[in-house]
Amino acid sequence: MAASVGFEAETEFCIAVNSDNDLVAARRKGRVLAEQIGFSGSEATLVATAISELARNIVSYAGRGEILLSTVGNGSSIGITVIARDQGPGIADTRRVLEHGYSTSGGLGLGLPGVRRIMDEFDIISAPGLGTTITVTKWKRR
Amino acid sequence: MAVPILKQSHYLIATIQSALTDADLVQLRDALADKVGKFRSRGVIVDVTALDVLDSFASRTLRDISYMIKLRGAETVIVGIQPEVAFAMVQLGIAFEDVATALDLEEGLLYLDKKQKLGQHGSQRGF
Repeated sequence: MAASVGFEAETEFCIAVNSDNDLVAARRKGRVLAEQIGFSGSEATLVATAISELARNIVSYAGRGEILLSTVGNGSSIGITVIARDQGPGIADTRRVLEHGYSTSGGLGLGLPGVRRIMDEFDIISAPGLGTTITVTKWKRR
Repeated sequence: MAVPILKQSHYLIATIQSALTDADLVQLRDALADKVGKFRSRGVIVDVTALDVLDSFASRTLRDISYMIKLRGAETVIVGIQPEVAFAMVQLGIAFEDVATALDLEEGLLYLDKKQKLGQHGSQRGF
């Protein structure tokens, strides 16, 4: 368990995302948390980049939402879970948004497929009118 | 926070000092496109050494800067992309084709000087 390898109870951050100004704080918190649990500089950068993409999606599509950061342990490994959730319009076809290059906002369409590539686990729950919750986890390399 | 843009002979040097919001990046893009005309600059250097994240929006904006400056008749070189940032960009799938990059400010200046010389030779041959 995470506690037995010398870590305190799970550290959690909840960052309100209301405008692109909040992205900077969100990714900084992610980097700090990643470095606290011993992620390498490269891994911490990947986590910060994923947070940036997820938070921007919230601002672009839902206007507001939140990012939750927590450390997770599965017995032998430790990682960071990022939850991005909003009460926005939701996504009808969640498979579509994971296609490289698909975008309705004029972006590059790299956001979600990119996040899925740079994180180890990726889960999206969304439906029209019900908002969107994306949960991603990055495990520390050993 | 606005990015200071320094005019050095016929180049403009924008040194990003800290993490930027999307609005700051867009402001930098517009300021450079404007100043390159005002100062009749031939080259632009954007120093991103201080950036610890270059996500899809920031990358796209840097690419836009490079294309816009080209349309304005000058060259752009992005300098100082950190190794971890480069790794994350590649993992994210960001294409930076047609965007000139250099290791640091010094190399960026050398790149622009070289481009200038090539341009001069080219026009001489034209006459």
